[in-house]
Amino acid sequence: MMSEKKTVRFIITRQDRPDSPPYEEEFEIPYRPNMNIISALMEIRRNPVNAKGEKTTPVVWEMNCLEEVCGACSMVINGKPRQSCTALIDHLEQPIRLEPMSTFPVVRDLQVDRSRMFDSLKKVKAWIPIDGTYDLGPGPRMPERKRQWAYELSKCMTCGVCLEACPNVNSKSNFIGPAPLSQVRLFNAHPTGAMHKAERLEAIMGDGGLANCGNSQNCVQSCPKGIPLTTSIAALNREVTIQAFRNFFGSDEI
Amino acid sequence: MAGNREFFYRRLHSLLGVIPVGLFLVQHLVVNHFATRGPEAFNRAAHFMENLPFRYFLEIFVIFLPLLFHAIYGLYIAFTAKNNVSRYNYFRNWMFMLQRLSGIITLIFVTWHVWETRVQAAFGAEVNYEMMANIVDNPIMLGFYILGVISTVFHFSNGLWSFFVSWGITVTPRSQQISTYVTMAIFVALSIVGIRAILAFA
Repeated sequence: MMSEKKTVRFIITRQDRPDSPPYEEEFEIPYRPNMNIISALMEIRRNPVNAKGEKTTPVVWEMNCLEEVCGACSMVINGKPRQSCTALIDHLEQPIRLEPMSTFPVVRDLQVDRSRMFDSLKKVKAWIPIDGTYDLGPGPRMPERKRQWAYELSKCMTCGVCLEACPNVNSKSNFIGPAPLSQVRLFNAHPTGAMHKAERLEAIMGDGGLANCGNSQNCVQSCPKGIPLTTSIAALNREVTIQAFRNFFGSDEI
Repeated sequence: MAGNREFFYRRLHSLLGVIPVGLFLVQHLVVNHFATRGPEAFNRAAHFMENLPFRYFLEIFVIFLPLLFHAIYGLYIAFTAKNNVSRYNYFRNWMFMLQRLSGIITLIFVTWHVWETRVQAAFGAEVNYEMMANIVDNPIMLGFYILGVISTVFHFSNGLWSFFVSWGITVTPRSQQISTYVTMAIFVALSIVGIRAILAFA
């Protein structure tokens, strides 16, 4: 027993091209203390040999910050979508199953294309317009209490985990998902951003918007940053109710 | 406006489920409960409802049109979901799935129920205690009616919970939690009312 080397076993769902069928490949790599999924994938990349001892192509994945703030390395690990940088081998049941997130088109292996999320952020105008042809001067002050509150919402890293967990985000619907909705709440809370509040609300009242939420609340359970996504959605529901009344019955608040 | 149609339909769907369809359901269950006081009490109550002024207007605009829209749009909503309770085993996700499942069971039940009662009445049958007693005389139908009533009442109660979220009334997790307790208490209470009435016919 003592002489036997400890190993880590993986079952990885792979896909060679965006349009080719997925397949599973098993790997067995030497164990090192404090390993995470990324360092294990790096080990496979260093020595791309599968569990049968055959030489194979290295597994492709995406990564960037390695500290769970960029969202790039999200994948489905043992059935749950999460970031592979903070998924420690010691905390996972083996064999460890890695799959790409199914909500997004696969580029290759574990790498997916999250463009739809960035498109949604554009659709809901998730920014604060401050550019002009002259210096507009300082904007209105934001109370410190509110800034701290908004900071929690600003932790969103567009990782895609909430979209993956949502039963209403799928190929049959065009729901934009919880992440971009919560960003509307964030930017509407900003004193300068609030000047474009109605535009953002009207964007999420459009096709694939807020009304598609079915309240399964998987998003808030799955968010790695603990963002109160369902509270954001309910708060926005109130805002768009008022906005809809304003639009129909008329209001001077434009 | 074209882009806004989905928002409008969803909100209309949410509203109609409670007003008037939900209110009609509660009223219907209360009238049925007269059966526990004997056939005569039930027949008197049913007769009173039958003879309400503007009966056809009320039936069309309070019951059938809202119900049809809610049912058809609801089917579309139910079939656009990709349920995932096996992977995300959370309470609200189960309720999400059960809301859609109970909606479909309720639609089948209500369609059958309308056929057996209101449509037969249009063909000249008399809706009274005896009619219901004959229906639930069959143990399979009795089981189907009990399942149907529980499913309908669940769909209404849990739908009430989503109604409060969809219109932005319950925003905080705490208020949504209390709303869960209240709507589930409504589910239990209305289930007792509904099942007592059915058993009174059996």
